Amino acid sequence: MKLTDQFPILIIEVPLIAAALMPIIGHWRRKWCMPFATLALSITSMIGYYLMLAVNKSGPISYHVGAWKPPFGIEIYFDHIAAFAFIIALFGLLIVIFSKNYAEHDLEEEKIPIFYTLVMLTLTGMIGFTVTGDLFNLFVFMEILSLSGYALIAISGQMLTAMASFKYLLVGAISSLSVLFGIAFLYSITGTLNMHDMAKMLEVARAPHVASVALTLFVLGFSVKAALFPLHIWLPDAHALAPSPVSAILSGLTVKMGIIGMIRIFFVIYGVHSAINVMPIMEILAWMAAATIVLGAFFAFFQNDIKMMLAYSTISNIGYIVLGLSMAPFDKSKVAYALVGSLVHVFNHAMIKVLLFLCAGAIIYRTGLRKLSDLQGIGKKMPITLAAMSIGVISIVGIPPTCGFTCKWFIALGAMEGGKSLFAALLLFGALFIFAYYIKILNTAYFREPTEAIANVKEVPLSMLIPIVILAAGCLVLGAGTLGYVPIKFIEPAAMALLGR
Amino acid sequence: MTFLSKLGTNFNYVISTLLFVIGLYTIITKPNLIKKFMGLNIMETSVFLAIVSIGAVRDGKAPIVESATKVQYVNPLPQALILTGIVVAVSTTALALSLMIKLYEQCGTLNADKLKEFE
Amino acid sequence: MQEVVDIRPLLAPAISIICAFLIFWKGENTFLRRFFSLSAAVTKWIIVLSMFPVSLKGIIFTYELLPFAPGISLNLRVDALGMFFSMVSSTLWIITTVYAIGYMEGEHARKRFFAFFALCVSTTVGIAYAGNLFTLFIFYEMLTISTYPLVIHKETPEAMKAGRKYLFYTLTGGAVILFAIVMTFYLAKTTTLSQNGILSIEHGVHTLTLLFALFIAGFGVKAAIMPFHGWLPSAMVAPTPVSALLHAVAVVKAGVFGIIRIVYNVFGVSLMKELGVGPILGWVACITIVCASIMALLQDEFKKRLAYSTVSQLSYIVLGAAILNPLGALGAIVHIVNQAFMKITMFFVAGSIARKTGKKNISEMQGIGYKMPITMATFTVASVGMMGLPATAGFITKWYLLNGALEMKPPQIGFVIVLLLSSFLNASYFLPIVYRAYFVKPLDGDIAVGEAHWTMLVPCIICALYIVALGLFTDLPFVPIQLARVAVEQFFR
Repeated sequence: MKLTDQFPILIIEVPLIAAALMPIIGHWRRKWCMPFATLALSITSMIGYYLMLAVNKSGPISYHVGAWKPPFGIEIYFDHIAAFAFIIALFGLLIVIFSKNYAEHDLEEEKIPIFYTLVMLTLTGMIGFTVTGDLFNLFVFMEILSLSGYALIAISGQMLTAMASFKYLLVGAISSLSVLFGIAFLYSITGTLNMHDMAKMLEVARAPHVASVALTLFVLGFSVKAALFPLHIWLPDAHALAPSPVSAILSGLTVKMGIIGMIRIFFVIYGVHSAINVMPIMEILAWMAAATIVLGAFFAFFQNDIKMMLAYSTISNIGYIVLGLSMAPFDKSKVAYALVGSLVHVFNHAMIKVLLFLCAGAIIYRTGLRKLSDLQGIGKKMPITLAAMSIGVISIVGIPPTCGFTCKWFIALGAMEGGKSLFAALLLFGALFIFAYYIKILNTAYFREPTEAIANVKEVPLSMLIPIVILAAGCLVLGAGTLGYVPIKFIEPAAMALLGR
Repeated sequence: MTFLSKLGTNFNYVISTLLFVIGLYTIITKPNLIKKFMGLNIMETSVFLAIVSIGAVRDGKAPIVESATKVQYVNPLPQALILTGIVVAVSTTALALSLMIKLYEQCGTLNADKLKEFE
Repeated sequence: MQEVVDIRPLLAPAISIICAFLIFWKGENTFLRRFFSLSAAVTKWIIVLSMFPVSLKGIIFTYELLPFAPGISLNLRVDALGMFFSMVSSTLWIITTVYAIGYMEGEHARKRFFAFFALCVSTTVGIAYAGNLFTLFIFYEMLTISTYPLVIHKETPEAMKAGRKYLFYTLTGGAVILFAIVMTFYLAKTTTLSQNGILSIEHGVHTLTLLFALFIAGFGVKAAIMPFHGWLPSAMVAPTPVSALLHAVAVVKAGVFGIIRIVYNVFGVSLMKELGVGPILGWVACITIVCASIMALLQDEFKKRLAYSTVSQLSYIVLGAAILNPLGALGAIVHIVNQAFMKITMFFVAGSIARKTGKKNISEMQGIGYKMPITMATFTVASVGMMGLPATAGFITKWYLLNGALEMKPPQIGFVIVLLLSSFLNASYFLPIVYRAYFVKPLDGDIAVGEAHWTMLVPCIICALYIVALGLFTDLPFVPIQLARVAVEQFFR
């Protein structure tokens, strides 16, 4: 037995064990928490990278926990979608590096180990969620990531954060229950919890009504997690009031779990053939997504708080992703442009939004200010941070040659292909609207004289700059050229596999 | 008649759905956060009930193999699942309660309408 | 058609980008800033010029730059039309840089100004060399972004408002274009520009008409076709070199260049004729020509009048493209350079006057010809050119356009009338300025005002001389009109 055979479970275990050890280390030497978290996440990302390459080379890896053969035991199914676990670990690593100064600066000392514990836990939950092949396991990981997420929002103990966290908890718990109820229904008609087994059983089960009730519950539950309109109400407060590194995790990575959940449900369990056609769920989702794009952008436009603005923009971008998903063609004659675009955006948006929230965090760290109107001329004081932020802004608007463009191109093309040019138009004009509010950030940062309040502001320390610069470079490099091909090359087979081709 | 008889055989689902809705109603209508959370607990219970009842078999025995004779066993898997589910529910409750303590310390009230004024 | 792979199409835009970064890096130093700007301008001009003789033979340069995703890539391709446009912009970049050095003396944020100025020209050449619609779009959007800091250079509320308006118009146009490009890609499975068009009538008349309308609406924003022209007069708040650049070289010309590309390289002449959208586009252009001229008459602010005049002149080019015969196309392409030189002279003059006397309104410019005789002489040359009198560049355009309109089947007398009427209107809004400058005694004669600094005067003179040269020596080799002929041959093969 080789060690590499155990990698699919280790990618969950390493951060989980690190999370468990964190309080002990924190009790012993508080300073060592951050290096330890960095170490654990580096190992995790390396494992993730190895697995990703392996998947790319020889297809999905199935790992049987405790050597119990599926469908009886829990299966870890590391396919192309699960490779997102690598992204989670990698971005988690960058966020942890960024957090060093934040934690020392903004948190009470005894909270530092708790902070890292929770970060590691929520990352574990996300990694587990993406790699698991077992539906109930999915639910458990979802709860792990959600619970630690709720706690992270309120960790600073400031006013309102507890309220935002509670709001998120209430809505999040309802959505989790809705998913669990859906699982219960599916289990009752298929008698299995393994996703692939369930897909097979669902075809023979011939219970379209139960299946569609379950589907509705899943969509409802995951829509809340992904903050799809009108189930987005919890998001702005939670993402804006959380500490910036946490906002980056929540906005860049956690909301994607709703999307990954939907992907698993739609494409793995219900599959191309069966109950998905019982009701026009895709149609409904497409319209919800369209409304999400427009309203997210609309509300973002009126925000003065940078983090609030970014939070609403997350909502809008989730709209893009779901729009792409909903237009995935089950018809074999068509190229799956929309699905590819949507999957690319899952990755790209994670990168861009982590970058933007970290930049916002850097600004708040140095100035203590978060209102756009207070930050005039900040670009002259913090040139590197703001340059990175500008790249992020241009990427999220989707101006070529940054990475944000690729997905818009693909989703628009997919909409054309599906005969839904209206959505393509909506998408492209939505991007315009987004630019309208982001230009406010650039204007304030560069084209105003610095005010008194930020006269003595300096550039942030190196540990904050490194993650920011890496992410900004990623936004530029992964948009075009040979490197720009990399995500697409990886994601195309993923989309094909999802569509069963 | 068929509808009623179907309702009779599937009464476990009916009851758990009913409980689910009652919980949801409580969450939406009650202004007090603790009551909201009780609503959530009712919802949790309803889902657990649904899952446990899936595995139930009339006159089934506990799935411990004692003899080679064929006996009807209760499906143990749902019960195992629910144990996990209960653990999750308990931790959610603990977290929510601690958040509420924090909120009460800061704002002096747990009434959702009054808490709005602090925003 | 012969095609050669060559790195020069990449070098030309790259030089200005490098220059922009150098200025960002070391631009605080006045000498280095000027050195970078001028040397990049000259180097680029030489590179473009070195491709000129080959391009004149009808050979096409290509360079595959970056693949993006399956089916889309950054791709450079220099045909005669692209060469023509890049010649115009790189030549004018040198002149404008010299002028800007003089004009911007003592202004704030010069580093930012010159850096974005360089970026702006770089993207313009990129547009000229774009080998497919996708590349065209990328450079087109980059042009929008890089001109924005120039428009709001003064950072006053008025400038910010103009900047917002500019972005709103141009980005909306960009979104429309992107939508149309997606549609084209979906229909034709490619966006590579081809000499005879990439679409065919099989895609359905209604779809194609809609597509054409979308493209025209998108590019029409920068080409300032009415009613999409609103951003242009308000963008006048920018410093004068920027106005000159925006209105004569880069932005508006990118718009009309896009329209020419759409008409000839995406749809192609035969498809355009089958669709019958040419005359409609022609009439839209005619309406713009007349309305904008009338609007220009009503303006008192010098630069605003010039702006409306630009709106009107641009539609000449659109009209020429819409005529769909070799003469019309020739007129359109030639007018790209003619209008550029004439309008840039006028803007230089307006800027010199504003710098020297602080006067921005025409009604205050009594007797300015006594104080700044050379400057006003160049203005006179430019306005005579605008009217289209023989021996100036403007005459050539009008001649080809009129002949083109008459050669249409059936001859479009309406176009002819509009062109003649427009000459009359041009005269009636430019001549009063000349009259006021020379024949009305200055009110404040005691204030001594002389000519502007040589860096501002010399560009005016060069441009004015060139206007005359273009009008007189059309058949000499190495004069742009030869290149325009090659371009037309490529379209109507």
